[in-house]
Amino acid sequence: MNFLVGAFKPPCSVSIVFADGRTRKQVPLKKENGQTVMVPLFQSQENIVGEVVIEPVQGKKVEHNGVKIELLGQIELYFDRGNYYDFTSLVRELDVPGELYERKTYPFEFSTVEMPYESYNGVNVRLRYILKVTISRNYVSNIVESQDFVVHNYTPLPSINNSIKMEVGIEDCLHIEFEYSKSKYHLKDVIVGKIYFLLVRIKIKNMELEIRRRESTGSGSNTYVETETLAKFELMDGAPVRGESIPVRLFLSPYELTPTYRNINNKFSVKYYLNLVLVDEEDRRYFKQQEITVYRLLPTP
Amino acid sequence: MIADGVENEEKWLAAGIAGLQQNAFYMHRALDSNNLRDALKYSAQMLSELRTSKLSPHKYYELYMRAFDELRKLEMFFKEEARRGCSIIDLYELVQHAGNILPRLYLLCTVGSVYIKSKEAPAKDVLKDLVEMCRGIQHPVRGLFLRSYLSQVSRDKLPDIGSEYEGDADTVVDAVEFVLQNFTEMNKLWVRMQHQGPAREKEKREKERSELRDLVGKNLHVLSQIEGVDLDMYKDTVLPRVLEQIVNCKDEIAQFYLMDCIIQVFPDEYHLQTLEILLGACPQLQPSVDIKTVLSRLMERLSNYAASSAEVLPEFLQVEAFSKLNNAIGKVIEAQVDMPIFGAVTLYSSLLTFTLHVHPDRLDYADQVLGACVKKLSSKGKLDDSKATKQIVALLSAPLEKYNDIVTALKLSNYPRVMEYLDIETNKIMATVIIQSIMKNNTRISTADKVEALFELMTGLIKDLDGAEEEVDEDDFKEEQNSVARLIQMLYNDDQEEMFQIICTVKKHIMTGGPKRLPFTVPPLVFLSLKLVRRLQGSSQDQEENPFGDDSSTSPKKIFQLLNQTIEALSIVPAPELALRLYLQCAEAANDCDLEPVAYEFFTQAYILYEEEVSDSKAQVTALHLIVGTLQRMHVFGVENRDTLTHKATGYSAKLLKKPDQCRAVYGCAHLFWVDDQDNMKDGERVLICLKRALRIANAAQQMSNAARGNTGSVLLFVEILNKYLYFYEKGNPQITVAAIQSLIELITTEMQSDNSPPDPAADAFLASTLRYLQFQKQKGGAISEKYEAIKV
Repeated sequence: MNFLVGAFKPPCSVSIVFADGRTRKQVPLKKENGQTVMVPLFQSQENIVGEVVIEPVQGKKVEHNGVKIELLGQIELYFDRGNYYDFTSLVRELDVPGELYERKTYPFEFSTVEMPYESYNGVNVRLRYILKVTISRNYVSNIVESQDFVVHNYTPLPSINNSIKMEVGIEDCLHIEFEYSKSKYHLKDVIVGKIYFLLVRIKIKNMELEIRRRESTGSGSNTYVETETLAKFELMDGAPVRGESIPVRLFLSPYELTPTYRNINNKFSVKYYLNLVLVDEEDRRYFKQQEITVYRLLPTP
Repeated sequence: MIADGVENEEKWLAAGIAGLQQNAFYMHRALDSNNLRDALKYSAQMLSELRTSKLSPHKYYELYMRAFDELRKLEMFFKEEARRGCSIIDLYELVQHAGNILPRLYLLCTVGSVYIKSKEAPAKDVLKDLVEMCRGIQHPVRGLFLRSYLSQVSRDKLPDIGSEYEGDADTVVDAVEFVLQNFTEMNKLWVRMQHQGPAREKEKREKERSELRDLVGKNLHVLSQIEGVDLDMYKDTVLPRVLEQIVNCKDEIAQFYLMDCIIQVFPDEYHLQTLEILLGACPQLQPSVDIKTVLSRLMERLSNYAASSAEVLPEFLQVEAFSKLNNAIGKVIEAQVDMPIFGAVTLYSSLLTFTLHVHPDRLDYADQVLGACVKKLSSKGKLDDSKATKQIVALLSAPLEKYNDIVTALKLSNYPRVMEYLDIETNKIMATVIIQSIMKNNTRISTADKVEALFELMTGLIKDLDGAEEEVDEDDFKEEQNSVARLIQMLYNDDQEEMFQIICTVKKHIMTGGPKRLPFTVPPLVFLSLKLVRRLQGSSQDQEENPFGDDSSTSPKKIFQLLNQTIEALSIVPAPELALRLYLQCAEAANDCDLEPVAYEFFTQAYILYEEEVSDSKAQVTALHLIVGTLQRMHVFGVENRDTLTHKATGYSAKLLKKPDQCRAVYGCAHLFWVDDQDNMKDGERVLICLKRALRIANAAQQMSNAARGNTGSVLLFVEILNKYLYFYEKGNPQITVAAIQSLIELITTEMQSDNSPPDPAADAFLASTLRYLQFQKQKGGAISEKYEAIKV
């Protein structure tokens, strides 16, 4: 039995260690198998420095045709599962072909890496960054070990941030005016606004604000659009009368939002919408949807 | 179906409570283990039970109170958390993550309360945020309860003057602003209830609304409790804002309740100083609002305030409270065309009470009010509304109660005019009230004018009014007339001239009373006049030196003339016995005044009555005894007149129907010839004749009895005659001899021992005591003894 186990086990263990692994911020990442692991967080233009440790199993030698480490940025579309599209690919050769008898450490460094897109795990698409170590071997399959990491890119405060203001309605039935103080929100922002009822002739039961995420993947005829409602936030209970104004205050922090992504590498987009929904006593829904831009603000230390 | 609804409601309530308790249980567990996240989660779920629409306000309140208790625990926990270092600001944000608005806002208010306490932010900012966020609840019942919760938790945290939350940035203005805003929003929600739901459930809705009104009113109470709300602030901010909301909401129920609330919760001196503003709002209210109650209560409060201390009275004058109220009432009555007459009268009645309390010295004000009332009533004619009538009675009673003196009320020229509008029954009641007031206070009505006015007021009692001749209860009628009689007796003036005028006035009025009333009213008038006669007589003796004494226009003669007419009036009743007695009284009075012709005239009248009107034999006996009694005391008559009268009287005696009556009348007449203190009127001869005649009649009576019944009857008459003999014997009548007395005694004893006579214990006793008297007189000694010694028994 031992013989069998030994035969399929890789002859060595490979691990990737980041130089600042102890201090760097870790964020949760959901793996394909559904488990969540903590992985280091980077942003574009950072140096990714560390070392690869290869330790052959006791008493075994590893013959190889060279060792390399790659930094890959990949987009995976689920309708095209198995095909990764690498938008970033950097390679560092770590060792020339030879044999390994004992534990060996290879330092590596990718300086000021351009990582324009953020890691994203959507319904139909995934964008991820990995470090991949490959020990190439003859006759037998290569030994491959990879390490995920997450990239977040920060955006400065937008210089222009207009409010959203609009009057909508159904003639002689319902006229409302709503106002959200901004059109661009950072992830921990608060949506503040007001809904004015200018004319109410229907029996409204309640009103809520939804945050919806629209993920569109592919292009042309192969476009897939997936819309999720991330938040349903009740704004009003009961029927207002003409002249009432209802305050809006919605904290975004409890929801798992990402920044808005527009046409990432021509592969996908993620957009956010505020959907104001009025429900009448017959459960008919009246709604108006407005796009908002979500961005990631550098957390103030 | 309704019962079904109630049952269902019970079920829903039970379910709600169960859900609430379950989540409260988990919440407690989370609190015990300091698990903030779970605490928030379960408290939000617990509060979700309050999202129900199925409960009536009453049941909803039950649910709310349970949630309220739980929230107190949560608040304690938040305080603990804050002390442990949890940022209260974060907490304030955290609770706002709840997706459902109602639980979110309850939690927000709860944390907000802790937030203010922590003083990490100015109280006013937190309050403002809370009151603003609560707008999210537009459902009336849920909104009212939520805001009431907000009001409850913030009450002790308002930045009031002297409160620990007062600061540079937080002033009482903010506190007031907060409460006003919450009040306005709550009122809007409350009013809105009226217009939601089907029309057929209007009644149910109004009931529900009335259950909720205190939630709204509470805000006004909070306002009144804020120390910093002084008169200026009340006048400039609070009252105008509250009134604005009241007027604008255009809701009958709200307007009535809130106006009343204002009046009840704020201090009286504020009302006094802001009367104009407050009253200005009244005509702007909906026409259906029961404004009279509102104003009545206001005036009632102000009246009590005025009554509380004399020091505040100048304030009333300073602000011209009366004219303002008077104006306002006028305007309100004008504005509310449909106001029932009852409402208007209530208003006037309150205003009158007010002015009586505040301006007791200004009778013109009171009269003004009555005048306005008359004006209003005149457009309606006689009242048939019992409520309005009641109010008028109250209106009219008010001055009586206040002044304890009808005299003052009589100065109110509009007073009788108001009374005219009462129906007969009420008019009588009112008149009785007036009389009772006079009795109670022993008021002296001392001039003819006042008497005139007073009788004018009491017309209902004095005469039959036009219109319905309703069945009057005999006892009630007697009661009424007796009270009128008592009233007449109370009229008095020291000045005889004026007194005579009073009498004339009274006479004029009572003469209109009709046959039913005269027997009650004539006697007091007669005696009132006789009293005056006595006084005149007394004073004329004092005035003998006054050469003008005889010119005095009020003379007994005049009064007697008047009396004659008065008594004559009784003939229409007819009440001959009463008239006869009164004539005799008058005769006696005339006797005292030495007016022979007058006295003779009265006797004549009495005799005529006796002859023509008194036909009942019993009445004749009584009348005759009265005549004899009176005549005996008369000394004014000359021999001729006296003879005529005595002769007549003896003649009447002999003509009585029953023998015993005849006998008694005859021996009574004996007295007419023997007046003790007048020597010229001692005619022993005729006395004896009378007594002998009495004996004869007594004999005849016995024989008649013997013939008719077979026994001789009682000897009582003989004993009585014996007593007369003894009387005159003792008085020294020479015609009465010892022999006659002795033979009479023998006759009596023989009669009593005879088998023929029935036993008569009364006669036996009478005889025994007569004989005892004889014995007694014998032993007394002196001249009398000697006299009696002669009589041997």
